[in-house]
Amino acid sequence: MTPAPERVRRGWVRPLRRLAVGVLAGLAAAAIWELYTLLGPDAGGHLFGASLLPRAEARSMPHVWDVVARMLAPESSATGAPSVAVAMLQACWFTLRVALAGWLAGVVAGFGLAIGMQRFRLAESAVFPWVVLSQTVPLIALAPLVVGWGGKIQVGDLVWERWMSVALIASYLAFFPVAVGALRGLQSPEQAHVELFRAQAASPWRTFRSLRLPASVPYVIPALRLAAATAVVGAIVAEVSTGTKGGIGRLIIAYAQAASGDPAKPWAAIVGAALLGLVAAGLVSLLSLGLGRYRHSEVS
Amino acid sequence: MSTPVSTTGLPPAAFALAAHAVEATGVGKVFTTRAGAVTALEDVHLTIGAGEFVALIGPSGCGKSTLLRLIADLDTPTSGELTVFGRSPRAAREAQDYGIAFQQAGLLPWRSVRANIELPLELHGVGRSGRTVRSTELLELVGLTEFAGHFPHQLSGGMQQRVAIARSLAEQPSLLLMDEPFGALDEMTRERMQTELVRICAESRAAVVFVTHSIPEAVFLADRVVVMSPRPGRIAEVVPITLTRDAAGRDEDLREDATFFAAVTRVREALHGDGHVRAARGVDVR
Repeated sequence: MTPAPERVRRGWVRPLRRLAVGVLAGLAAAAIWELYTLLGPDAGGHLFGASLLPRAEARSMPHVWDVVARMLAPESSATGAPSVAVAMLQACWFTLRVALAGWLAGVVAGFGLAIGMQRFRLAESAVFPWVVLSQTVPLIALAPLVVGWGGKIQVGDLVWERWMSVALIASYLAFFPVAVGALRGLQSPEQAHVELFRAQAASPWRTFRSLRLPASVPYVIPALRLAAATAVVGAIVAEVSTGTKGGIGRLIIAYAQAASGDPAKPWAAIVGAALLGLVAAGLVSLLSLGLGRYRHSEVS
Repeated sequence: MSTPVSTTGLPPAAFALAAHAVEATGVGKVFTTRAGAVTALEDVHLTIGAGEFVALIGPSGCGKSTLLRLIADLDTPTSGELTVFGRSPRAAREAQDYGIAFQQAGLLPWRSVRANIELPLELHGVGRSGRTVRSTELLELVGLTEFAGHFPHQLSGGMQQRVAIARSLAEQPSLLLMDEPFGALDEMTRERMQTELVRICAESRAAVVFVTHSIPEAVFLADRVVVMSPRPGRIAEVVPITLTRDAAGRDEDLREDATFFAAVTRVREALHGDGHVRAARGVDVR
């Protein structure tokens, strides 16, 4: 049996093919968009007074090339204004860093909770309902609270800044999939494996390190990716609701106000936000590259 | 590996320290379930000598696996006294007096064959070079040298089970606990594994407690067959097996020997518990 060459080939071809399929899907979406602007009713479709189909005229649905052209044009008429694309990328970079901080905090908190819940059954029944409940509180209700508390925090030289509130709110969304996924993963080893470690008189820490942690990888990787996406969404929503400047959330609001006179502009911000989510999830996927062997399906 | 003395710096096998590998006096186990108390084992008296091969056989629910789990300290008896090499099962487990193999190979899928075999050594802090030396010996012993770098999912069921057995032997235990280790294998692989196990035990001189459903398997492997009966689980009879064996252990011819069939018949009678001789011939009485 020599599975190595096959694995090497797959290692290169599969990501490339997935990238190609992704690009094709993007092109297909653009083509459908254009097809609708061509064939769809300019006034939109109505049935018994209810609006069913969007308006196909250029103000509601600008052409793809118009959006691209708008992105390359300067943001405003002020001299030295950057192009929309540059402004968007700068905003994305700001938000990505904040989301990353939120993601990290969420991962640490989620994993910590999962470890506690796995280790102590009482903790699981006591904490898990709260974990679920936490996600039913609307983010925008929390934002002013967090900003308010943050303003009162000052430990030594550390001054609580606005972006920290945004990251904290992002982490509030991100910890949830990690806590749930990691708990399932840490609980996933079968009885036989657990008893094998017990028979070896392995300490809880050894059992965690050599059995539960590796066994949790197939559960944790998708959870981390999901957490990255929710951290981005959380960061954007938090930027909007805390009025933080510099990020893509602010940009979406600012550009939306230009929609009537400059219909292609808001779409640029939306494309940016979508790209941001993709990049964040993609970065997490990189983490899983070295973990292939932990993702074999269980044997016997 | 003609002597049980370790080449890896492990403590020598403990069987020289105590006369008996396992000593059970009036051992019982009651499980408390929602439906009430269930007596899994009642008043078990059993002494297993060092280096002795004992098979536990009986119908489902007779407590044979429970008895094994008590010896392994995966459960605790609710009555009676149980010692393993003269100490409590818990102390014996913590001192790593036994190796264990289950019906499922239970290999860790993210570890190579070699790393799976080395797991017990790794858990007990044996250094890398010591582990490599020992796992190389064991790979050779179970005939999987060329599969050292493979992962469990690349192996057949029989090969996985051989890895599990090698793992249970990793620390040269003076007691091997095996819970239907060949139960999931096809008949041909099963017979080959039995022959290998007899050879391995002869070389390692470990005492073995072997749980099985198969009469021929119990007779072929064991020095004594402990026949158990259910509800409540208890020992019905202990059948000593005296087969003509050569110095190297038992070989394939033994399976067709008259003494083998006679022993199979005795165990079957004990299992039925009524003394009547029923269809005594035929091998496949699983």
